[in-house]
Order: sequence, then C-alpha cells, then structure tokens
Amino acid sequence: MARDLAHLSDEALVALVARADDSALAELYDRYGGVAHGLALRIVRDRTLAEDAVQEAFLAIWRSAARFVPERAKASTWILTLVHRRAVDTVRREEPRRAEPLETAQQATADTTEDEAWLRLQRARVQEALRRLPDQQREALELAYYGGFTQSELADRLGEPIGTIKSRMFTGLARLRELLAEPGHEEERWNAPEFTS
Amino acid sequence: MERTGIHELSAAYALDALDDAERAEFEEHLVHCADCRDTVALFRETAASLAYDAEMPPPPPALRERILTQARRERPNVVPLRRRWAFPAAASVAAVAACAAIGLGIWAATLHNRLGERPEAVDIQGANGSLIVAPSGEATLLLRNVEPAPAGKTYEIWVIRGETAARAGTFAGGERVAVALTRDVPDGSVVAVTLERAGGVNKPTTAPLFRTGAV
Repeated sequence: MARDLAHLSDEALVALVARADDSALAELYDRYGGVAHGLALRIVRDRTLAEDAVQEAFLAIWRSAARFVPERAKASTWILTLVHRRAVDTVRREEPRRAEPLETAQQATADTTEDEAWLRLQRARVQEALRRLPDQQREALELAYYGGFTQSELADRLGEPIGTIKSRMFTGLARLRELLAEPGHEEERWNAPEFTS
Repeated sequence: MERTGIHELSAAYALDALDDAERAEFEEHLVHCADCRDTVALFRETAASLAYDAEMPPPPPALRERILTQARRERPNVVPLRRRWAFPAAASVAAVAACAAIGLGIWAATLHNRLGERPEAVDIQGANGSLIVAPSGEATLLLRNVEPAPAGKTYEIWVIRGETAARAGTFAGGERVAVALTRDVPDGSVVAVTLERAGGVNKPTTAPLFRTGAV
C-alpha cells in the first residue's frame, strides 16, 4: 500500500522510484495523477489520449528518475513538465481534434481531503494570478500552455509578428512568476467567492 | 542581438511552444548558456503551476493500475543509481581553466524526457562543458577553455565500463572543443579525459582531468 510513504517529500519519492520502488511511483501518482490527468485532458480534449499521455509521462518518470537532479528543479515541476510535453506532442500529432469543443468539465465532487483542499488552493492562486496578467500576455500563455500551439502557430493565429509573441510569452511568464510569488495572496484567495463556486 | 533573441526563447521553451527544430536548437544552446538554463528552470516552475488551473475530473482507477503494471513489467530496465567510479582524485595540475562544472541543465531530466528519442547532455566534472549522448550511444564531448595540451602531449578520451577503459579519441584543447567520440557510450559507463603522450596510448597512464558521472 502506497500510503505508508505519505510522509516522504516528492524528491524522496523520486529517489525511491530511481531504485525501482513501485510503491513510491504509486504514491507520486496519487499526489499528481489527478493534476496530470486534468492538464492532459485540457490539452488533448480526448479521454483516451489524455490517459495515454499521463501513462507515458509516469512511465518516463519510472525510467528516468535516476537522472532527476533535485537541486535543479522541484519534483512536481519535473513531473508536470513531462506530462505537459507528452500532451502537447499528442495534440500536435492529432491536429484535427483541436477544432473540437472542450468536453464539459465535471465538477470535482468530494472536497473533504487535505490533498483536495490543497489542490483547490493552488488552483485559486493560479487563477487569481492569471486574472491579474495583461490580457495579451494571458492569452499568449494560455494558448501556448493549454492549447499546445507553437510560437509560429500563435503568431499566425493572432496575426502578430513572431517577435511580439515571443516577448508576450517571456514577459507574461516573468510577470506570472512575480504574481505567484506575492506573499499572502493565497490566504486572501482562500475565502474568495469564485473559489467556492 | 542574437543573444537576446535566443534568450527570450526560454519562455517559449518552458511552455513547450517551440516546434521540434526550434526545440532542438534551443536545447543545444542550453548546453552552453548557464543564464538560459537558470531562466528555463524558473519558467518551468511557473509554467507547471498553470497545470493547477485545469479542471480535474478524477482519472479512472484503471489508469493507475495500468501504469503500475507496466512499470513493474519494465523494472529490470531501470538504470541503477550512479555508481562512484573509483578514480584517484583528479590531478591537481589539471590543465584546465578552473571553471565550475557547468551543470548541464536543469533540465538534465527534461532534456532526456523522451527517453530513447533525443540526445542527452551529461555534466563534466572538473571542466566547463558537457557530453552529449545520442540514444544510440554516439557521443560528442563539448568543452570550453581547455588549456592547449603541452608539446608532445594530447588529451585522450576514455569510455570506462567496470574496470575497462577504452580509447575514444584525442584532442588538443583550446577555447572551444567539440570532439565526436570514436566509440559509443553505453548506459552506466563513465567518460573521462586524461593527458597522454602525443598520438595517444592504449591505457590511461594518468589520473583523469575531468570526467562525467555515470552516463
């Protein structure tokens, strides 16, 4: 049972995964599988393809955990980066699906556990930070990150020179980083109206 | 000019908004540019936080089982933790400009995240540079600011597996060194460089000046 690893940090779990400890992989999945799946689904807009992307990403974690360098990145960043890359690769391969409407999202139901509360907090933080970004920067980040568009595709789609797109992404990410780093705003958002909706 | 342009790409890279060719080119750049590696590390973290904005319908329980079953099936393929190579301490008279080892990237992990599909870059300890290893095992050694080998001497590269060191090419040093290794670098081996007599030798006769961790 994976739960006896609950006290370990993500980085410690990755170290165990590097030693082929499958219960550590299970624990990482229990921590990030939900976010990973939500992200993949948002990008590829197809349940089967989203599950495939998540599966490939977790198997990549399994295979390459020994190469993860904790000094360089948080384990969660590494994991979500792997998932994102897989999902983007998928959506670029499956080009026609992009035109399809996003599936209606299900509301996550149970909101009782600590993990779920933490996830909702994260979500509220990110949404608030995005809301405070200038529109054009937010648009560039969202289309790139959730849409899986390349910078050239973005330039075409938005009818802007590629240089403009590059700097919107750069400035937007830098600004988003600042906004997310602002102290206190997590507590502030915790009880915000849109959080409970 | 050029530099500013490519530096700016760290955002697009962190967002996975480069096409394959641009991505490959930028990863090549990352091997040499510590600033961009730092920027990418920060941007990756920020980009990853965007993941939390996605709706989160729970994944089907079967997915967890599929992943774990497949992982267990692959278990023997998992690379062992890097073993320490029992080398004598690197020669103190290293003919190397003492640059901090260039951490290959952040993204050491990420650069290889398509295991089996793209080259990976491995840190060199004791020098500024990295070893780029293709999935096939073909490898190129990239170093900066290596003092030119003294007259009658050459740098020699070794691919070491277990107790065996195999010759893998020589070079003379210089500001920018890029040498294709003459033999493949299998998983679990170490690549090291020693200073040898001109023409090269069959077995290393000196302690390594710089080397990788296990590849």
